[in-house]
Amino acid sequence: MATAANPYELPINPGRQASPGWWVMVLVIATEAMLFAYLLFSYYYLASMSRGAFPPDGVPRLGLAAPNTVILLASSGTMSWAERGIGAGDERRLRLGMLLTLVLGIVFLSIQGIEYSRKPFTLATNAYGSLFFTITGFHGAHVLVGLVMNIVVQVWAWRGWLTRERHLPVTCAAMYWHFVDAVWIVVFASLYITPRLS
Amino acid sequence: MATTTLPAPLSERLTRLWETAPGLYGVLATVDHKTIGKRYLGTSIVFLILGGVEAAALRLQLARANTSLMGPETYSQIFSMHGITMIFWYAAPVLSGFSNYMWPLMLGARDMACPRANALSYWTFLMSGLFLYTSALVGAMPDRGWFAYAPMTEMGYSPGLNIDFYAIALTFLSVSTTVGAINFVVTLFKTRAPGMSLNRLPIFVWGTLTTSFSVIAAAPALTAACVLLYLDRRFGAHFYDSASGGSAMLWQHLFWSFGHPWVYIVVLPAMGIISDLIPTFCRRPLVGYTFVALATVSTGILGFGVWVHHMFATGLPATASSFFSAASMVITIPSAIAVFSWIATIWHGRPLFKTPMLFAAGFIILFVIGGVSGVATAANAYDLQLTDTYFVVAHLHYVLIGINVFAVMAGFYYWLPKITGKMMNEAMGKLNFWLMFVGFGVGFFPMHTLGLLGMPRRIYTYADGLGWGWQNMWVTIGAFVFALGVAVFIANFFWSLRSGADAGPNPWDAPTLEWAIPSPPPPYNFARIPIVASRHPLWEDRINEGTGRSVFDTGPTLDRGRDTFGTGPLDAEVEGILRMPEDTAWPFLVSLSILAVSYGLLASLVWLDVVGALGLFVCIVGWVVPRHEPPATREA
Repeated sequence: MATAANPYELPINPGRQASPGWWVMVLVIATEAMLFAYLLFSYYYLASMSRGAFPPDGVPRLGLAAPNTVILLASSGTMSWAERGIGAGDERRLRLGMLLTLVLGIVFLSIQGIEYSRKPFTLATNAYGSLFFTITGFHGAHVLVGLVMNIVVQVWAWRGWLTRERHLPVTCAAMYWHFVDAVWIVVFASLYITPRLS
Repeated sequence: MATTTLPAPLSERLTRLWETAPGLYGVLATVDHKTIGKRYLGTSIVFLILGGVEAAALRLQLARANTSLMGPETYSQIFSMHGITMIFWYAAPVLSGFSNYMWPLMLGARDMACPRANALSYWTFLMSGLFLYTSALVGAMPDRGWFAYAPMTEMGYSPGLNIDFYAIALTFLSVSTTVGAINFVVTLFKTRAPGMSLNRLPIFVWGTLTTSFSVIAAAPALTAACVLLYLDRRFGAHFYDSASGGSAMLWQHLFWSFGHPWVYIVVLPAMGIISDLIPTFCRRPLVGYTFVALATVSTGILGFGVWVHHMFATGLPATASSFFSAASMVITIPSAIAVFSWIATIWHGRPLFKTPMLFAAGFIILFVIGGVSGVATAANAYDLQLTDTYFVVAHLHYVLIGINVFAVMAGFYYWLPKITGKMMNEAMGKLNFWLMFVGFGVGFFPMHTLGLLGMPRRIYTYADGLGWGWQNMWVTIGAFVFALGVAVFIANFFWSLRSGADAGPNPWDAPTLEWAIPSPPPPYNFARIPIVASRHPLWEDRINEGTGRSVFDTGPTLDRGRDTFGTGPLDAEVEGILRMPEDTAWPFLVSLSILAVSYGLLASLVWLDVVGALGLFVCIVGWVVPRHEPPATREA
């Protein structure tokens, strides 16, 4: 066993799966994913119980949401480009990639804001309005958290604290960001696509 | 063999590395799992006493017909707080207390994997409880039962702050349970001693591991339910409002999607305590270890498929009810596996009825009775007759007191000598057990018959001449005898601190790792990291499991920093060294920030929410900023 001779030849605070932090992020994502599962359960449950038309004002339009989806997916690409950059020791690529991700995330939230302002209903109009704003609002809050993570990690990146050997914060921020994007696909499919199927 | 004296410099060096700073800063900043575990245990016992006082008030009111000790509104608040306190702020946290204290010791580690998250989990538990109980100060305690069914909780039917306290406090508590659960899973995956493979884990660890996964999957259902409720109440949303396309049933689905897994969350670790102490007092390994471990995990999984059995009386389609009725029956299989394994262990062993074993035996009896009444309520047709009667009250108390409180008492008598270093008094322990066991039977068995006689739950009084009076008097007497038992326990605890005999490292001659180190354990737990070779490291010389001998005396000291081994999830092979965090006040400050947000949400004070949110941001950044090592070191 490697422990017998000199344990201090072992790596101290090893990265990825060997670190507690990586597993914490996996489990945070798991419990957050369940949160969205319960919210979407509420959506489908109330949809199936609905006596009138659902959504009451007709199917939500795709004009803003579809391009916005593409923007968010693109931000996953830039994030992963940044992460692979630091994996190869390229700190410039890390900074540039994270900056692009941040900009795309802010664009996504802004377009979401525009879509909110154009909705003819509010949270208080009816159960559909409550569902729409709560589910997309929860997702938007997660995007915001991802952006805050991005800013914090970027500060470290610009200070040169992250290296090829030691960049667990980037790995975790990237995992969370991909999760936020994946959830959006499910939210988008539920709120914008499934009503078109019936 | 396991307790050789150390060379003094090593123990001094390790103590310096691991001990908590003195003074107030140390109190607020400690990350020692043993301190956090003791706080969890102490705080949850305080909540047990609060819930117990509430129960005593309820029983005085119900002892006789037409009592006017309290009116219906006061009664509603007190029975709601009794349930909420016991289920959320006692039953699960007390088990977290044992797990926090015992896990690193049982697994051969020097701390939990995420010590700061551990502190956060405790502070949020404490502060959410304080938040909940400020409702008593303003006379607006939650008053719609612990399950707070919609639409009674909607603004139109409950305009006070009562339900806002409920929704916000439970969301706050979810932070604590979720953080704690994630920490347990990561601890299991990452910080076991070398050789502590999955098939060597104590069953108690299996129990807490299973419930931690359950929390991760189920707690968001409660959070979602409470957030939607808050939005309905404060922002005019319509989730539970059937008139505007919502559904009161949505609350029940969300609540019980969480609620039934929660039942197993508060019993599986307790069953684990029993599975681990019975072998010690029967002087032989547990019969069917693998089956009990698998039964534990499968109960946790099946717990997610039975929530509708709380909703049989809501008019669901018969197909759905039948399916969930059948699923509920299936849970008897893993439960029976555990019971038969305990009985077989006692049967094949030489049982020694010290106080912990008495509580374990009482536990088995109550588990079986509670299980039988559980099968009764799981049967759809029968349940329709029993719903909302005292039969259900009897069942849930047999389960929650029988399977949780009795196991917790067994756990205290078993492990307090490890925690305090002092033995409890055996005569007081036996008195403690018999008062609780007899008081419980006298108090709760008549609830079955009261239920069959038609006495409904949640009534603040009843008319004379229904034939319920004398049985209710029995219930009240039994409840007070039971409470006397709890008082004897507390007296015994303080007696042991003053006059108890020194426990020594292993007073029960038990087989597992926590007994290999002094009582109470030093701040660093293990001076040398043990290398584990079997399921019963301290019994190897006797039972010879054929897997070699565990190493205690010559293992690595890891004394260059706050270090413990990082090991792999399955076979616990060493992957590296984890340098653990120092004391830090950030978890405490994060909890304070969440408390500020909670009061802001309660009182609609936007500025307080903003202050809390900013505090949260600052604290979390402070928390995650790389500290003691220069971040660019290339040690890996």
